[in-house]
Amino acid sequence: MFLINCPYCGEREQAEFSCGGEAHIVRPKNPPELTDDQWSEYLFMRKNIKGIQFERWNHSNGCRRWFNVARNTATDEILKIYNMGEKPPNISGDALDTPSGEPEIGSGNISTTYTKK
Amino acid sequence: MHKKPIKYSVFSLFKNALSYHENWQPVWRSPAPKTEYDAIIIGGGGHGLTTAYYLAKNHGLTKIAVVEKGWIGLGNTGRNTTIIRSNYLWDQSARLYDHALKLWEGMSQELNFNVMFSQRGVMNVAHNLHDVRELKRRWHANRLNDIDCEWLNTKQVKEFCPIINTSPNIRYPVLGATLQRRAGTARHDAVAWGYARGADAMGVDIIQNCEVTGINVQNGNVTGIETTKGRINSNRIGVVAAGHSSVIANMVGIRLPIESRPLQALVSEPVKPILDTVVMSNTIHAYVSQSDKGELVIGAGTDGYTSYTQRGGFNIVEDTIMAVVELFPLFSRMKMLRHWGGIVDICPDASPIISKTHIKGLYFNCGWGTGGFKATPGSGWVFAHTIANDQPHILNAPFNINRFSSGELVDEHGAAAVAH
Repeated sequence: MFLINCPYCGEREQAEFSCGGEAHIVRPKNPPELTDDQWSEYLFMRKNIKGIQFERWNHSNGCRRWFNVARNTATDEILKIYNMGEKPPNISGDALDTPSGEPEIGSGNISTTYTKK
Repeated sequence: MHKKPIKYSVFSLFKNALSYHENWQPVWRSPAPKTEYDAIIIGGGGHGLTTAYYLAKNHGLTKIAVVEKGWIGLGNTGRNTTIIRSNYLWDQSARLYDHALKLWEGMSQELNFNVMFSQRGVMNVAHNLHDVRELKRRWHANRLNDIDCEWLNTKQVKEFCPIINTSPNIRYPVLGATLQRRAGTARHDAVAWGYARGADAMGVDIIQNCEVTGINVQNGNVTGIETTKGRINSNRIGVVAAGHSSVIANMVGIRLPIESRPLQALVSEPVKPILDTVVMSNTIHAYVSQSDKGELVIGAGTDGYTSYTQRGGFNIVEDTIMAVVELFPLFSRMKMLRHWGGIVDICPDASPIISKTHIKGLYFNCGWGTGGFKATPGSGWVFAHTIANDQPHILNAPFNINRFSSGELVDEHGAAAVAH
């Protein structure tokens, strides 16, 4: 549960929005020449990153416009919101120490410090 | 080999009662990792522990390690709503899940550990004409696959579960239901502990608080793993990391069609026995049962975005509670006690991946999404076979990762009891 600052309407509850999944996946320009593996890559394979993920959101119960979001999937913290068609931003800061980013003993929720831009 | 754990029986209970139950011994060791194993399982949840157990029991491997980031059974194994059933639509799924259900039926005896498996039946409720057709189709498909399933009309639903609201005037009236009587629930923690105890007794090393930080590959063969407790070598590695499968896959550049999302559940305050079955509804998205402690166990839907935070939105919980209260108006004043989220690994076709990979000796068992608990023993059984023989068991052959290229998807979205 978190808030998303819609570039057109301002800050609203996440429940008003729909996530369109990983951003910057380009539809192949030459569909008839693609192999099954390449189609599979485009249609199904996802990075599913733990850490900073670039993704598309739609304000489906609001202005119904699309935009891109850089979000830390380990904490749900939103680091940057940028327009469709723009290149993903560079975000500096501490990445996760280990692949899980979780404490040494046990597991659970974590926080990391990325610099907001 | 270390000494075997004592057999649990009325006699051991009596003997320990005499010493005020203060002398029960730990049922699995906490060994330091060895430098080399015949097989390493990454992930100490139910699926990982059953894999280790069946590798030792069915395939005679002796040097096996289960490497777990946190504590065993504290991921999705301890976060689900404990429902067990096998009434899946497609042949491939039906066979896989019914094989698991058969293992559940003998589990407590086999493990000498009470997993509280209770075949109280699972009812899938229909609320509109489409539901009726869809569920009747599944009823017939189940019967063709030798899986017990019955169709109940509204009156029979009321007889089977008297507290359900069958008024024709509610927004989504109950028009009928399928019932699988062999289905039910089990104590989820006990499954992890029972299999851990059984695996440990056969010499499996369960290594907790040990995070995998890398996978070593040479010339296309897996050679071992790097962990926070050092390097461990093995030429057979099974990854059973649920929501974190993609994190492991990214270490070796394997692409998975998985998205990890929060799935929430909640329990109420405990009350006296009121609901003696499991009621599920796809249309209004509710599923509810009552635990042996007396709590109502309620499952919500997944949140619509990827996240690893083990928490989700309250709007999802609210939707589920609204549905439950419409079906069971008498629950409307109950208080909810606890609420949590687990990170589920969802495949595009909502079926699991139990597969070899292009790296020799590296195997993945993931993508169980929102419904992996019921498959726990069966998943371990077929995955152990896959690892031991370097080829899939007949039951998990259709769940190969190559199906996303070949198009042979096992599309269980919606066909499973509740679409997420």
